[in-house]
Amino acid sequence: MASIEHKGKSYEVDEDGFLLKGAEEWDDNWVDYVKNVEGIAEITDEHQKVIDALQEYYKKNGIAPMVRILSKTTGFPLKRIYELFPSGPGKGACKMAGLPKPTGCV
Amino acid sequence: MAKHETPLLDELEKGPWPSFVTDLKQQAETKPECWDILGQLELSYVDRITHWKHGGIVGVFGYGGGIVGRYSDVPDKFPGVEHFHTVRIAQPSGLYYSTENLRALMDLWEKYGSGVTNMHGSTGDMIFLGTRTENLEPLFWDLTHDLNQDLGGSGSNLRTPACCLGESRCEWACYDAQEICNALTQHYQDEIHRPAFPYKFKFKFSACPNDCVAAIARSDFAVIGTWKDDIRIDQAAVKQYMAGAEGYPANGGSHKGGNWGAFDIQKEVVDLCPTNCMWMEGDELKIDNSECTRCMHCINVMPRALRPGVEKGASICIGAKAPILDGAQFATLVIPFIEVSAEDEFGEVIDVIEKVWDWWMEVGKNRERVGETMQRIGLPTFLSVMEVEPIPQHVKEPRSNPYVFWKEEEVPGGWERDVVEFRKKHAA
Repeated sequence: MASIEHKGKSYEVDEDGFLLKGAEEWDDNWVDYVKNVEGIAEITDEHQKVIDALQEYYKKNGIAPMVRILSKTTGFPLKRIYELFPSGPGKGACKMAGLPKPTGCV
Repeated sequence: MAKHETPLLDELEKGPWPSFVTDLKQQAETKPECWDILGQLELSYVDRITHWKHGGIVGVFGYGGGIVGRYSDVPDKFPGVEHFHTVRIAQPSGLYYSTENLRALMDLWEKYGSGVTNMHGSTGDMIFLGTRTENLEPLFWDLTHDLNQDLGGSGSNLRTPACCLGESRCEWACYDAQEICNALTQHYQDEIHRPAFPYKFKFKFSACPNDCVAAIARSDFAVIGTWKDDIRIDQAAVKQYMAGAEGYPANGGSHKGGNWGAFDIQKEVVDLCPTNCMWMEGDELKIDNSECTRCMHCINVMPRALRPGVEKGASICIGAKAPILDGAQFATLVIPFIEVSAEDEFGEVIDVIEKVWDWWMEVGKNRERVGETMQRIGLPTFLSVMEVEPIPQHVKEPRSNPYVFWKEEEVPGGWERDVVEFRKKHAA
């Protein structure tokens, strides 16, 4: 498996740049790295709110929330989530939050 | 990239059907990575297992779908397919192209990808097969800026809508399938590009019940053309068919390769009508249109003599899906007849779509197709959220079990009962 170096720390990732070890390796430095590859200029409170919501839901339920649930818990409509994360809630926000790669017929 | 030995695939160059192996070899002359496509496929033929890794999440900024990521699990052997992503390109309704447009698309794909395509994916998209992650954004830039074209859909969203070729060259079209397909594709760009649904959702538009785009089987929301008034009969043309006149072969000559004897209108049309609503009076064909289910058979057999009526529209059927998870389904009739008119920008159809989405987005479970949600919650509830009065046409047959639910307000006295009151009349 590939690994990524960012500011002196290395992370194990898959081809799509998702963290293989999830929460175990996730930290603010990872967020800073993903910011650069996912077209995000600055991590704002709104970004943080989405990340927190994803991590909390994943910790509790063992899966990523459906898009509607993410919108409900954060109060951000899908449009706003794409403004925050240009690749969208799956490729953008889940990657940044250290959740596993979305699967299925995508 | 090295050429590989492909003895098994080479067998598929024999025989009369166009060989994908021959085509790939030809493409490999200008795009050497195609040797690795052949090489990995040959390996799969030998090992009898796929050599693509699980999943893949790639895309372009702004969209949550449109590109299906794929990586080889033997990239050292076949570096040309280490990344082999598939790009879905929105196709024109009815798949009419100019060579100018196709050449421009292929120039683009030769520049950024393998040059290998699928014309078209079963949902309808033009499919570009095989490129690397770093090519996706440049490809998307050129596609949108130079060719004025867009990606199709993938993921839990509205997938690329498709239609039959409709009024463009079919005399049976009951509405302009291409027009509504294009209009709704434009109208719902957001829903196509940014997944917001519990699961995938597909539109398909067929302009008559022959259903040339298989809407009833392959779309969650099928719009199938029909008519309300009488089948138009040209009795002179009927006589021509009966006489076996030149230019009047049954079924437009579809069976001319076999020896089926002279055309027999009684045997081939009247007796095959599923509702038995046709008969001959002398040499005149009669139809009791009130009993006609508009199955298209008589029209299909005698296209020059019989035509759909003039009061045209469509039926809407909802909920078709493949077997996973709880069994395959055809779509269920929900709206027997609806006007399909570009004059109100298809407002009536849009109203129906939005009612389905409002409900399904709220109650649909994760990865539950709308057809499964309908099964789980029940047709009566679905019809009530659709604001449709239940009618006999909604079922093929009434239920045979007696497990009938009633609403409390429908039952005098309601559900609140006191057992003490009951015991006054019935000792324990």
